[in-house]
Amino acid sequence: MKHLLNAGDLDIAEVLTILDTAETMRDTNKRSIRKLPALAGRTVALMFFEDSTRTRLSFEAAAKRLSADVLNFSAKGSSLSKGESLKDTAQTLAAMGAEAFVIRHSASGAAHRLAHSGWIDAPIINGGDGTHQHPTQALLDAFTMRRHLVGDDRLGKDLSGKKVVIVGDILHSRVARSNLDLLSTLGAEVTLVAPPTLLPVGIGNWPATIRYSLDEAIEEGPDAIMMLRVQHERMTGSGGGFFPSPEEYHRLYGLNMERMGKLPSHTILLHPGPMNRGLEISAEAADQDRSVVLEQVENGVYVRMAVLYLSLANEATA
Amino acid sequence: MNQRTVMDSGDITRSITRMAHEILERNQGADDVILLGIPSRGVPIARRLADAIEKAGGGVVYVGSLDVTMHRDDLRRNPTRAPSPTYIPDGGIDDKIVVLVDDVFFSGRTIRAALDALNTIGRPTAVQLAVLADRGHRELPIRADYVGKNLPTSRSERVFVRLSEIDDTEGVIIEAAR
Repeated sequence: MKHLLNAGDLDIAEVLTILDTAETMRDTNKRSIRKLPALAGRTVALMFFEDSTRTRLSFEAAAKRLSADVLNFSAKGSSLSKGESLKDTAQTLAAMGAEAFVIRHSASGAAHRLAHSGWIDAPIINGGDGTHQHPTQALLDAFTMRRHLVGDDRLGKDLSGKKVVIVGDILHSRVARSNLDLLSTLGAEVTLVAPPTLLPVGIGNWPATIRYSLDEAIEEGPDAIMMLRVQHERMTGSGGGFFPSPEEYHRLYGLNMERMGKLPSHTILLHPGPMNRGLEISAEAADQDRSVVLEQVENGVYVRMAVLYLSLANEATA
Repeated sequence: MNQRTVMDSGDITRSITRMAHEILERNQGADDVILLGIPSRGVPIARRLADAIEKAGGGVVYVGSLDVTMHRDDLRRNPTRAPSPTYIPDGGIDDKIVVLVDDVFFSGRTIRAALDALNTIGRPTAVQLAVLADRGHRELPIRADYVGKNLPTSRSERVFVRLSEIDDTEGVIIEAAR
């Protein structure tokens, strides 16, 4: 694996290698010394053209646990024009010794551009680009689901036959796209639930069941339910008017305790965070013990350790 | 390809039985001994050693596995390998005698990595090394405490250990350079 740009680029063997490697990274948490020397002396650049504190911290923690050095670039406050700044920034960081690049950008395709422009020759990891992809989020979600739904002998196993429901703003969600790609590769059955205004054109061709009713999706007894964050700016009126009011959205698509009660007892609840309590999820539902939201955050570090290790441990064969 | 079998299934079993007795003798029993196999073939050898120790009257010996991939000093020279799981028996390795178990002993770099990996897990009283085949050509000042068979080889030859738990066959094979 040289670059990680798109969850859909990974074949089943690559996905399982990443998930199994992340399991061994997780095991190091039990040790007295949690740091591994695998990437000692290597340098990872984190280029965040779009704010995301938790993703940046997660990659930084992952790189440091592997003993890599980290160069942090944040575009906040920068007024450089985008095309220029991406090339200049990458080349500048490469000149300072960066050997792998994690890029977060508001433009869909920015990571792909960086990987294939010829500006730099280094592994590129997509840390989220526009409404397109967020592959490490999908990997950490799949990792979390496998831990809960497959059991102790999960190494080498996929998610065949598991039913996953993803609820919310599918139209703008790179998390939904990445998850759908990866979960399909892993053999899970995905149901997407959203109001018609928050579904993209052409969704009929996606490998998923589409529902407009959350209650119908819950009746089917999913193994995992993932609530997507609704961005405040997209709620009503001037933001685009995708739905009439936050109250109505919560009534029709919000996960509350009543809906939780109708789910099978083994069903886990995921959310990419940060949660809008009272909008896509009620405060009570967010806090009950079937929620694995904090575990997703923890697992994110292990999955990113696996991705950094597999892309950087040996660049000669990449 | 020019291959010759230097140990068959019976030789392997006899070597493991002998090493089990040596481990018992050296440590005056096996009460504090933990066997840690180095994946992949060190792990089944460690299990067989534990069985042989029990048969020889040494009681139950805990067996674990110790992945050393992340601690190797040649990560950049070889194709990226996915790490195997590490499993340390409950109770950890503190104040125990850890016997590292591997199939082929060559440069010593794997064992150096294993010693580093052990450092992150705990502090054993002593660390010993058991290998099924020692082919020589050490690059580091490390020697084995228990050796199934010494195999004089040339550097260009390759040594393969085949075990029924992982491979369909059983034996130690030397393959001449092509």
